[in-house]
Amino acid sequence: MLARRIIPCLDVRGGRVVKGVQFQNHVDVGSILDLALRYRDEGADELVFYDITASTDQREVSPKWISMVSRAIDIPFCVAGGISSIDAAGARLAAGADKISINSPALMRPELINNLSEAFGRQCIVVGVDSFEDKGRYRVRSHTGDPDKMRETGRDTLGWVQEAVDRGAGEIVLNCMNQDGVRKGYDIRQLKAVREICSVPLIASGGAGATAHFSDVFKQANVDGALAASVFHKAIIAIPDLKADLKDKDIEVRL
Amino acid sequence: MSLIIVDTGCANLSSVKFAFERLEIPVFISDNPSDISAADKVLIPGVGAAPFAMDKIRQRGLFDVLSRLEQPVMGICLGMQLLFETLTEGKIETQGLGLIPGRVTALDTKLAPSPHMGWNQINILKGDSTILKGIHSGDYAYFVHSYAAPLGDFTLASCNYGTVFSAIVQYKNVSGCQFHPERSSAIGAQILANFAKG
Repeated sequence: MLARRIIPCLDVRGGRVVKGVQFQNHVDVGSILDLALRYRDEGADELVFYDITASTDQREVSPKWISMVSRAIDIPFCVAGGISSIDAAGARLAAGADKISINSPALMRPELINNLSEAFGRQCIVVGVDSFEDKGRYRVRSHTGDPDKMRETGRDTLGWVQEAVDRGAGEIVLNCMNQDGVRKGYDIRQLKAVREICSVPLIASGGAGATAHFSDVFKQANVDGALAASVFHKAIIAIPDLKADLKDKDIEVRL
Repeated sequence: MSLIIVDTGCANLSSVKFAFERLEIPVFISDNPSDISAADKVLIPGVGAAPFAMDKIRQRGLFDVLSRLEQPVMGICLGMQLLFETLTEGKIETQGLGLIPGRVTALDTKLAPSPHMGWNQINILKGDSTILKGIHSGDYAYFVHSYAAPLGDFTLASCNYGTVFSAIVQYKNVSGCQFHPERSSAIGAQILANFAKG
């Protein structure tokens, strides 16, 4: 059976891994390669690297560390951050990234999803969606890496996910911003709503704080993978213990 | 022993090269037809769409040499699919290299999300191949694909995602993995080592 994926997310800023609370107040948590190797050894199924300032600073992630990571690890990884052209995406894939993830540039120019999907195949095109609940409605925000540059897009989350899939996204990562960094659990209700309309793999992001949050999101929202950062970086949850717990609860995992 | 990774212009080239480097197995990347036909072993990587990949193979003048390889060959992911006679993507039919009889078609995932993406278990049907040394039924491999080859006499191992399909194939001198051994942890490394050293 297809295993549910456990995906540590490494937010990269200035060549280091950082973590903030609700996308703000970032602290240094370690070197890119040290963390990549640590998570690989602990049994992470995949890694995601977000260059959180790339989109807001109008620059693109450096392929140099991508190649370093690709050389070192033997599990798949995805890179994100300000990728806004076929050339930029191609350079990252050629450097050894398995998937690229786009977020703000796709919101500004949705046809970018079509272009990337046609050039490289939908299997390596991930669309990240930063969603914020406001008075019971799920709304998409862009440029969330910098609070001063964050924008309301006026888009409805469900509509945008559907459009991204129709345009050729091969996977959706849904960052539920109300939950991000506060470790109170994934936004099951929102993820369930998105799961209903999402025909490609769906990855939950934002809110993991305890082992039970992972089994809850797999069982209740039927997501394909769960992404988390601080609980892994701060060693609040060890991946082997997490996977053992999921297996005890009859959730398929790779041990 | 010389092992060439064919430069088809596809994106996972360096990942595959790095995987052999981790194993300390020397590899060369080439799109030169005479180098490829002289190599002891040939590996064909590939991700993306079949028509695009076959166009690149033709543009680089590699169709003839690749379709006539007699030394051990391994295809990875799309590289494996290209070994077959025909690939059907939607209404588009693409002629493959024709080294393995059969047709690659869309994977019917039933109600499960598509593409098939993630770690899935393989089930060994024919275990006597050197490619499978140290590999067991129930081992997890990393898959990312929407198209697949059906089961056939060439199937060494299968995988199930809505439909049962070929995960590892072998036909005469030619073998292939639908999953990505370069991203399949120790099991993937073992398969690449088996191919290089077998």
